[in-house]
Parts: sequence; C-alpha cells; structure tokens
Amino acid sequence: MCLGIPGKIIEINESIGVKMAKIDFGGVIREACIEAIPEAEIGDYTIIHAGFALSILSEAEALDTLSLLEEISDFNSELNIDTSEL
Amino acid sequence: MIHQNFDFSRSFRNPQLVQGVVAEIKKTISRPWTLMEICGGQTHAIMQYGLDQILPAEVELVHGPGCPVCVTPLDQIDRAHAIAQLPNVIFCSFGDMLRVPGSTTDLFMLRAQGAQVRIVYSPLDAVKIAQENPDKDVVFFAIGFETTVPVNAASVLQAKALGLKNYSILVSQVTVPPAMHAILGSPANRVQAFLAAGHVCAVMGFWQYHTIASQYKVPIVITGFEPLDLLQGILKTIQQLEGGKFIVENAYSRIVSEQGNITAQQMISQVFEPCDRNWRGIGLIPMSGLGLKSEFAQYNAENRFQVDHIQTQEPEICIAGEILQGLSKPHQCLAFGTLCTPDHPLGAPMVSSEGACAAYYRFGGLNAEELGK
Ligand code: SF4
Repeated sequence: MCLGIPGKIIEINESIGVKMAKIDFGGVIREACIEAIPEAEIGDYTIIHAGFALSILSEAEALDTLSLLEEISDFNSELNIDTSEL
Repeated sequence: MIHQNFDFSRSFRNPQLVQGVVAEIKKTISRPWTLMEICGGQTHAIMQYGLDQILPAEVELVHGPGCPVCVTPLDQIDRAHAIAQLPNVIFCSFGDMLRVPGSTTDLFMLRAQGAQVRIVYSPLDAVKIAQENPDKDVVFFAIGFETTVPVNAASVLQAKALGLKNYSILVSQVTVPPAMHAILGSPANRVQAFLAAGHVCAVMGFWQYHTIASQYKVPIVITGFEPLDLLQGILKTIQQLEGGKFIVENAYSRIVSEQGNITAQQMISQVFEPCDRNWRGIGLIPMSGLGLKSEFAQYNAENRFQVDHIQTQEPEICIAGEILQGLSKPHQCLAFGTLCTPDHPLGAPMVSSEGACAAYYRFGGLNAEELGK
C-alpha cells in the first residue's frame, strides 16, 4: 500500500481545500492531490501514492544512480552471472 | 527539466545492470547476513522479480512489519465492521482491507449482506462521496504508515474546508522508527541491517534513523521498489556489514532527501499527534501511532459512533505476529497454503497486497525455500 507510481504532471487545478493536478501515468490520466509539492510545475515527474504526490522525482539523481550501477555492471560483465530467471 | 520520454520504472529493471549488481554482491559477501526489508511492497517486489533466488545464499531477507493492513489491530477491524453495519453509514476503505478477517466477519462479507461498503483509491474519493451524500455518514478507514498519513490528513483538511459534517475517519496509523526500536530491542532479534522503506522516507526523510543506526550498530539503507533499487540497497548494506560500518545511506535519492517532504510533515502535524498504538500480532508499541488531535475530534469516527462491547478473537494457529517481526517465515506457519489461503485467509498477511504470506503464496517463496535457499 505504500506503493508509489511515477507520473507526469500535465495540468494543475485549484480545488476547494487542496491543490489538484492531472497526472499522466504512461497514457493513463488520473487526478491527484499535489498539496505537498507546492513547487511542482507542469512537466515535472512525481511519485503518486493513494492519489497524493509524495515528492518530485529528480531526473538528475536517477541518472546518477543509473550511471553508478552501470559502472559496477561493466566492471563485473566478465563474470557472467546467470540471471535468466528474472 | 525532465526528458520527454524517460521511463523511470523500466530503467531500474535493466537485466544487464541487475546481473552486474548481483555479481558485485557475490564478490563483496564473505559470510551470512540477515537483512530486513521493512516495507511489504518491497517484500512483494523481491518475490515477484525472484530476487531472493538470484542473490547469493549468504543473504537472508526477513520480512518486516511494513504492511498497514496486517498491523491494524483486531479490535479496530472489529470496530470497522460494527460501524459499517450501521444503517446510515457508507464505509469507505482501501480494497486491501475488504478480505481481512476480523473476529467474526470481513468487510467483503458485510457488503454481500447489504452493508454500504465502498472501495476507494484515495481518502479524497471518500470526501467526494460525503459531498455527494449529505444525508449519509461517510467513514473512511484511515490506516497506513507515514506514506499514507499525509493524504489522510488532506482528506480531513478538505472536509473541513468544505464544511462537511458527515465525514469522519477511523484511524489506525503507525510510524516506522518505533517499530525498528521494538524489533532491534527484542532479545529474539536476528536483524543485522535494514532496507528502509523508500516511500515512508519520501515523506519523513531519514534524519531520525541516524540514532537508530548508531545505537544498535545496524546499517540502514533507504531503498526503493524496482529490482535495481532493491539490489543497490542490498549491495550497500552488505558493503557496510562486511566493512564493519553502520551508517544511514540513501539508495533512493531520486525520490528521497534527508529532510523529506516538509509540507507533507506539516500536514501530518497539523491534524495528527503521536500516541501509543497496538500492532496486530505484535502488541503495544509506545508512541508508534498517529491519532487525531483534539481540535479535529469531530472527524473521529470512534467519537461519533458508539460501538463498544468489542470482543476480539484471533485464530490460534496464525503466527502473523512472528512473521511481521522477522522471527518466522510464512511457510513455517502450519496453516500456510492449507487452512490459510488468499480465498480463505486466517490472517491479514495472507490477503494484503503487502502481506508476506500472500507474497509467498503468489510467487512461490515456498519453492525457493525448498530449493535450499
Ligand atoms: S499463513 Fe495465514 S495463518 Fe499462517 S501466519 Fe500467514 S496469515 Fe496467519
């Protein structure tokens, strides 16, 4: 239930009491509350849990992590571990 | 600005990188270590992607208490059932809760018998139902960890802003750090390091974890939910354990910062305050709950509906409490897969999408264990 799904903000609306937005989850559009990410702009990615945005996703951090993992992976590529079960 | 087509989820499932990180874990590890993933969502991801089967045998993953449906105390579930049966009530809940067995029934059965039970995706949907049904009492079952508490708070704040008099919440909210203290402080504890729950930390940050790491000398690594997130979290904990370190590290930096989401934290503290809380199967953990502040008492379903004389009864065979503390695994329960299945659950971990028993049942953890892992 603590699962969060990344989606992209495509429209921001004021609704009574809370700030809402339309979020695009890879083609599926849903409403979510963005009250807790007041700095969010259209085009930002966010992580949505139970119709509520938890934080803005940092692309720079995502790319950093991936390049770190790529380094580890390149370094180990000669080891040939079997992950075919995946 | 974000690239137009960056697919965050898929990038963190890249099989080649998975292979590389698993190789690095194998290279790093020299002896057995027991790690606990706190969040039940992580338990499911681990089983779903078969990560437990590709990790070296020295890594033992035990499953933590991070399943809100599982730890909601039985008396509160029985209270939910009693309220849902009241004539003028529309009872709203996350879908996971419907099959959770109380002492005598479950919400699914009550709905079949005519109670107005509705599944909602968000408590804000329940507020909308309250708006559309001014002559009904709409109650939302506000369970959850720190991830869900802000949206529960938002629903109360919105109901207040709308001037709704017919919306209330039945609260069973819990927080992670007191549970980590309870697990590590237990004489039976086996946990040597934690994969901390990424989305709890998205809200709360991880500044509170430094004292836990140093007090109990356990590495704590903030971990996400995709295969590469989980493997990176495991790699970082193993590196610390092998190197004799015990610090807090962040392996989910695209979502989580040290201070967390301050606005969300303010929403929590505006509406809720810490209180003692019972965890189903585990017992009372001091100051591990978040209850409504007195100024929001009118939104408290426990005040609004008098449903006392609750007499709880747990099935004796269910060892959910041990499983939630990492002391046992689901297949060690005598009822697992026989008396207890997702269609006929005896305990909450068999029905919740975050319950360890459901994960083992669905993804064949039993087989992995039989294979000698
Ligand atoms: S298998 Fe069923 S009875 Fe056994 S611990 Fe899990 S939920 Fe309880």
